[in-house]
Amino acid sequence: MTEQLPTAFLFVLGALILPVLPRGAVRALFLVAVPIVAAWQIWTTPLGTSMQVDFFGFTLELMRVDRLSRIFALVFCLAAFLGNLYAWHLRDTVQQVAALLYAGAAIGAVFAGDLITLFIYWEGTAISSVFLIWARGTQGAYHTGMRYLLIQVGSGVILLAGVILLYSETGSIAFQRMELGSLATCLIFLAFGIKCAFLLLHNWLQDAYPAATVTGTVILSAFTTKLAIYALARGFAGTEILIYIGVATALYPLIWAQIDNNLRRVLAYALNLQQGFMLVGIGLGTELALNGAVAHAVVGVAYGMLLFMCTGAVLFRTGTAKASDLGGLYRTMPLTMLFCLIGAASISAFPLFAGFATKSLILSASLKEQHYMVWGAMLLASAGVFLTTGLRIPYFAFFAKDSGLRPKEAPWNMLLAMAVTAVLCIAFGSYPVPLYALLPYDVDYSAYSTTHVITQLQLLVFSTLAFAVLMRAGLYPTALKSVNLDTDWSYRRLLPRIVGGIGETLGSAMARMSSMVNDGLRSLIIRMYHSYGPQGRIAQFWPTGSMVLWIAILLGVTLIVNFVS
Amino acid sequence: MSTETVPHTAMTLVDHLPAIQVLLPFVMAPLVVVVGSRRLAWPLTFLASAAAFVVSILLLMQVIDGSIISYHMGGWAPPLGIEYRVDAANAFVLLLVTAMSTLVLLFARRSVEDEVSAKHHALFYTAFLLCLSGLLGVAITGDAFNIFVFLEISSLATYVLIAQGSERDKRALTASYDYLMMGTIGATFFVIGIGFLYMATGTLNLADIAGRIEDLGDNRTVRAGFAFIVVGIGLKVAMFPLHSWLPNAYTYAPSMVTAFLAATATKVAVYVLLRFVFSVFDPDFLFGTNTLAFIILPLAVVAMFSASFVAIFQSDLKRMLAYSSIAQIGYILLGIAFLSETGVTAAIVHLFNHGITKAALFMAVGAYVFSAKGTFYDTLQGMGRQMPLTSAAVVVGGLSLIGVPGTAGFISKWVLVEAALEKGWWPVALLIVLSSLLAVIYVWRVLEVLYMQPASESSTVREAPMSMVIPIWIGALACIYFGLDTDVTLTAARTAAQGLLAGSTGLH
Repeated sequence: MTEQLPTAFLFVLGALILPVLPRGAVRALFLVAVPIVAAWQIWTTPLGTSMQVDFFGFTLELMRVDRLSRIFALVFCLAAFLGNLYAWHLRDTVQQVAALLYAGAAIGAVFAGDLITLFIYWEGTAISSVFLIWARGTQGAYHTGMRYLLIQVGSGVILLAGVILLYSETGSIAFQRMELGSLATCLIFLAFGIKCAFLLLHNWLQDAYPAATVTGTVILSAFTTKLAIYALARGFAGTEILIYIGVATALYPLIWAQIDNNLRRVLAYALNLQQGFMLVGIGLGTELALNGAVAHAVVGVAYGMLLFMCTGAVLFRTGTAKASDLGGLYRTMPLTMLFCLIGAASISAFPLFAGFATKSLILSASLKEQHYMVWGAMLLASAGVFLTTGLRIPYFAFFAKDSGLRPKEAPWNMLLAMAVTAVLCIAFGSYPVPLYALLPYDVDYSAYSTTHVITQLQLLVFSTLAFAVLMRAGLYPTALKSVNLDTDWSYRRLLPRIVGGIGETLGSAMARMSSMVNDGLRSLIIRMYHSYGPQGRIAQFWPTGSMVLWIAILLGVTLIVNFVS
Repeated sequence: MSTETVPHTAMTLVDHLPAIQVLLPFVMAPLVVVVGSRRLAWPLTFLASAAAFVVSILLLMQVIDGSIISYHMGGWAPPLGIEYRVDAANAFVLLLVTAMSTLVLLFARRSVEDEVSAKHHALFYTAFLLCLSGLLGVAITGDAFNIFVFLEISSLATYVLIAQGSERDKRALTASYDYLMMGTIGATFFVIGIGFLYMATGTLNLADIAGRIEDLGDNRTVRAGFAFIVVGIGLKVAMFPLHSWLPNAYTYAPSMVTAFLAATATKVAVYVLLRFVFSVFDPDFLFGTNTLAFIILPLAVVAMFSASFVAIFQSDLKRMLAYSSIAQIGYILLGIAFLSETGVTAAIVHLFNHGITKAALFMAVGAYVFSAKGTFYDTLQGMGRQMPLTSAAVVVGGLSLIGVPGTAGFISKWVLVEAALEKGWWPVALLIVLSSLLAVIYVWRVLEVLYMQPASESSTVREAPMSMVIPIWIGALACIYFGLDTDVTLTAARTAAQGLLAGSTGLH
């Protein structure tokens, strides 16, 4: 029976059933079971399957299973499974339903074979995910959620506009390779870019992820940005401008990751930076580079979740994720520390850890295409990631100065989820062959050549050295208690001010205008109705009087138009 | 397109269906007065309305393929006698009106008991029946003067119905009085326009007028007639800026009256406008095209924005929905102003979809009046928890109002945008999308009040009775159903649009 059902519907169905199940273990079990069933369904669906329905004169392709969409769908199932396992202890129906719907929408979007289906699921991810932020329940989270929702829904609206234009230009709604050039494709590109957190379109990510609940962030980190990567890989592979956007996106967040105090925000910047690597891969567009981008997205889900799980566990136990308040937690949270180190090693692309096996694909591809500058920039970014994230997060959370906090170790479900993810990170890194086999193109590539390993190790060793020297010399930016506003200053501070200013001016002008018009009309009507009674009753006549006037005006204008034409 | 006319033989009951359609409620009205029983008034009214609903389905089934029924009242052949003409366009309107009246009546029993004093019940339902038969008559008749007569029947009954809200708020009387003044002026303009046409053509039968105008070509008299008719009907449509009767009338009328009027009265007026602009006057006449392009189109766009802005700042749910109606009428007029098949299809589909959406929403407002005793936002705080069923229906209706995919409102806006792009007017398409964003804001405000603000501690509000909740949900589910299955609505609307755009030939 499941063969006829699009995978996304499994999640929707699950979300419908969920609220009637008793809270507690049954529900938690159900939550981890749904992604497993979905993954099994995807696995058993043969490649090339296509499921179509007619909707309102269009043929919508709800399922398009090929190698590119399958790997993303599978990794989303994995992410949903891990995220729900991590949230086993949760008793909040809203978050549970939102998580299922969010995962379902993301998978639906990945399988969408046409742009309308893509749009529907695109908006689906936006609307379902915002509840993970609102669930935090604070005033700040509410406002952040609103900003997040506005930007995400805005991305959907831009996508829709692009789709409509594209349809009127080409008469096709198929989701396939597009060329930048017309307004339609530019709009679609922009919509993808917002979700992908291109440089300068990225603020929502660092704004929203740290604001969500402990478990919500873990789930948030897995889907939206990777869905955008998929959409770009499908629609705009080999678009050259993506290379440069990618490089900029990979370098810019380094500064912010370096100085931010909130560890979850640092992580958000680090993830943003990884998006840059994937964009470069997509921009290069060769088979090797695309494989690299996809593989990097897959392992990015894994180590991104792992790191958010670790910082989440810290937040869960201590109530804070600020570097300045933490430190010395290795004493009481040794396992979390271990997993955090594995995550840090993965994001920094240590040999034998996940990031290494995939990032080297992109690096090799850039060399092959003779983009030496790009290659150099990516090396710089790699070193930077290690310095700002790989070393900084574990250092400030678990070592550094002793904060005096003695929290308990994370609960068993969190530890289990972290352990599974950590094992995956190591497995992807040490034995990447099964992962390579699932990639869109066949690869004949070995990450573990001597040159690769040596290059990477040099990079890491010297970064560590730099870290150590800077620490010693007291030059390393210490954890300051601060909230840094990135370019989102432009819309969180500047824009309200401008809008407020314009609004005030316009408002007073409007008020003056309308009072003038009112006075004019009023005096007119006073004259017209003067004989009818005292002043008090004139206000009562106002609507009728003005309306009759309008009728006369409109009739006059209509007559003139009619006679003139 | 088939323009074959079914010959008038009128041997069986089926042949008399067009007459029965109007006569059912029309005859039931005095019967309710004569019986005079408070308890029997509702069942009799419901019976008449339900029967009329069945008749309208039968009629639509006969004409959905594009054929036309011509029924000669009393056996007098037109142009001397009065002719009832049913084609896809007005069969669709008849279906909407009877369906909505039946649905709203289901809801009305408890609501009217609550809002209208018992001694007026029989007369209230009589007025309702008269209003219903007037609206049906306007839609079905093929005679210009007959349209005026039925328009007046429905309007006079409407004034009475609105005034019944005085039990709850005395301002209903002023609202009704205002509407009376303006409605009368509108009707006068309309009848002056018909007078001009009569002067020019010497006939009152619509098909006949159309034919003769075609032979005559246009002249000053015809142009003046056109202007008067557009403005006169424009008032009934609540075309911006002739809309100011609407907010008060909708706000202070009893809930079921508001639901019924919002779903049907303005829609029937839109149908009359369509009929005159496209069928009676040749749409190729330059003055007609110019009126649409230079008057109706800009006013429609202004209505979409200004009424939505007003709606955003309201603090009364019922009044907010009234202003939203004015904005939505802007979309319908915009579709007409495109003067293309897709545009008119969009107008007709939106007429239907907005009708069901607003019926559901205004019935929900009625449920709030019944249970929470108010419609101001501060009374409705936290109702999402205390009246979950009603509030969930408001969510569905609100989504349809915005035009979220999967709801009826999306379909009509989609067709409308398609029509704009077809003409290459994509700034207009952009405006449609932008104004939808305003709808997001005013709907969001309501949802925030219902779900995100806590109810007052002492509040003991309970869910409305099932006899109200079920009709509300029928409306809400219809919003979803017609958002997913578009076969019925789009086919009927497209056939109707083709019939209308075939111009005066469609009437021969």
